[in-house]
Amino acid sequence: MLNPASTEVTEATTPQGKPLVTSTLDVEAVRRDFPALGQNIHGKPLVYLDSAASAQKPKAVIDAVAHHLAFDYSNVHRGVHTLSQNATDAYEKARETCRRFLGAERVEECIFVRGTTEGINLVAQSFARPRLEPGDEVVISTLEHHSNIVPWQIVCEQTGAKLRVVPIDDRGQLDMDAYAALLNERTKMVAMVHVSNALGTINPVGRIVELAKERGIPTLFDGAQAAPHMDLDVVELGCDFYTVSGHKLFGPTGIGVLYGRHEHLETMEPYQGGGDMILSVTFESTEYNHPPHKFEAGTPHIVGAIGLGKAMEYLESVGLDAIAHHEHELLEYATERLEAIPQVRILGTAEQKASVISFLIDGIHAHDAGTILDQSGVAVRVGHHCAQPIMDRFGVAATARASFAFYNNRADVDALVAGIHGVLELFGDV
Amino acid sequence: MSDLREIYQQIILDHYRKPRNFHELDGASHHAGGHNPLCGDRVEIYLDVADDGTIRDVGFKGAGCAISTASASLMTEAIKGKPVAEAKALFEQFHHMLTDKESDIPEELGKLEALAGVRQLPVRIKCATLAWHTLQSALANQLDQTVTTE
Repeated sequence: MLNPASTEVTEATTPQGKPLVTSTLDVEAVRRDFPALGQNIHGKPLVYLDSAASAQKPKAVIDAVAHHLAFDYSNVHRGVHTLSQNATDAYEKARETCRRFLGAERVEECIFVRGTTEGINLVAQSFARPRLEPGDEVVISTLEHHSNIVPWQIVCEQTGAKLRVVPIDDRGQLDMDAYAALLNERTKMVAMVHVSNALGTINPVGRIVELAKERGIPTLFDGAQAAPHMDLDVVELGCDFYTVSGHKLFGPTGIGVLYGRHEHLETMEPYQGGGDMILSVTFESTEYNHPPHKFEAGTPHIVGAIGLGKAMEYLESVGLDAIAHHEHELLEYATERLEAIPQVRILGTAEQKASVISFLIDGIHAHDAGTILDQSGVAVRVGHHCAQPIMDRFGVAATARASFAFYNNRADVDALVAGIHGVLELFGDV
Repeated sequence: MSDLREIYQQIILDHYRKPRNFHELDGASHHAGGHNPLCGDRVEIYLDVADDGTIRDVGFKGAGCAISTASASLMTEAIKGKPVAEAKALFEQFHHMLTDKESDIPEELGKLEALAGVRQLPVRIKCATLAWHTLQSALANQLDQTVTTE
């Protein structure tokens, strides 16, 4: 079962059915759940600070995937035989776990997609495209990952709609006055990131929805970076669409979830045609299946969905609140330690931040820093983080980014700081 | 850190801090821009090639990591005053040094040998070759064309 030694799970649940976990996080117990964290890189213990790019997998997920492939594997929604029934049950159970994790009301509102990128493309093509007319506007922000820019550029190109971009301030926070001023009668969609992958900024999503709703504008959130760090509740948030990636949630790659309000999903056009998304097919006409199957053409990523469901169960057992608390403490500690190095400048100092620190070292390119840190076992991401407009906003080509998950501890921060001192030493007084 | 000292040698750090021939060239006969989308490095190469095919002068501008900046700087030193054919041959040897880990390093490479350590870091080889690919593009007289290493 999924009760790591770190937490005490009670029988009580929230109104959405999430288990209530009363705990503080025992990070050393959590670390033992992740086999990858026990290895050495270049002869040094791995210090994995790149979870915002992709997170490591707990043994519970690895075992669930292996067990399914070994013993329960078959296609879903098709066979009358036992294995097909087992696979279908496991796949649909994972969907129910996603519903609970996202706080959705109905399980049909959760569509399995390849990841956040596909979730956004699906909404852009199946929801927005038929509704957009020349001169209409789609609002995004400077904080977006390329995956929440390009799908909207494509749909604007297709429809003659215009992309409008909400600016950010010098701390990397959304300019909410500019956002409010951008909304008008031509605005047909607001698509925003919940947590910035490059800077860690947590957007005021409640207020974003509120202002959009006043004008009846539908909202989508890219939740790829938010889901690993905080308890989500799409109903309370009141958004129309919300999408997450499995691999950033300690699950497999190639799987994610798109939440969409049922009233939209019913009327939306299919995203792809194929098997499983139909009720009946003749050469004259095809009757589409109901959501969510209408949007899941072809054999889905069955084992991915099962792994993701297990990852969500694991996170719930540790406790999202305990995770948020632990990461917040770690972020404060890491910020303090990095700020104490005179040559380091942190990019993105929002009031509300997830445990992501983008930084520059005076006179030393992020790529060199990344290579040197790697030699001491410290894995950070370097580059533009698939968010070039943010880099342009701050006039830099690249940053180094340390992103912390709930399995990181203070020793990891100390190793990063020691690694940066090693970089400075190697470069001398550049 | 011993491997790192081999990669980030003093000569590389020196050329990173004080890049040589770091300027545009008035009246350049050849020019090209290069871009490594992976890390955002950009380089511009300017050449003044005489009618007899000698590279009379060379300059570069751009922003990049220590490896790409030092490589561009060392390249300009190595090819200045040389016939175009020799510069191209040098690129062949340089490229071979970086991509074949076991290869011996030919003497002709001179100071460029300092970049041999980069072959231990496959993901950084493109940093070291960016300026050279851009040189090749400039020599092909593809004026104002941007090459990328992706």
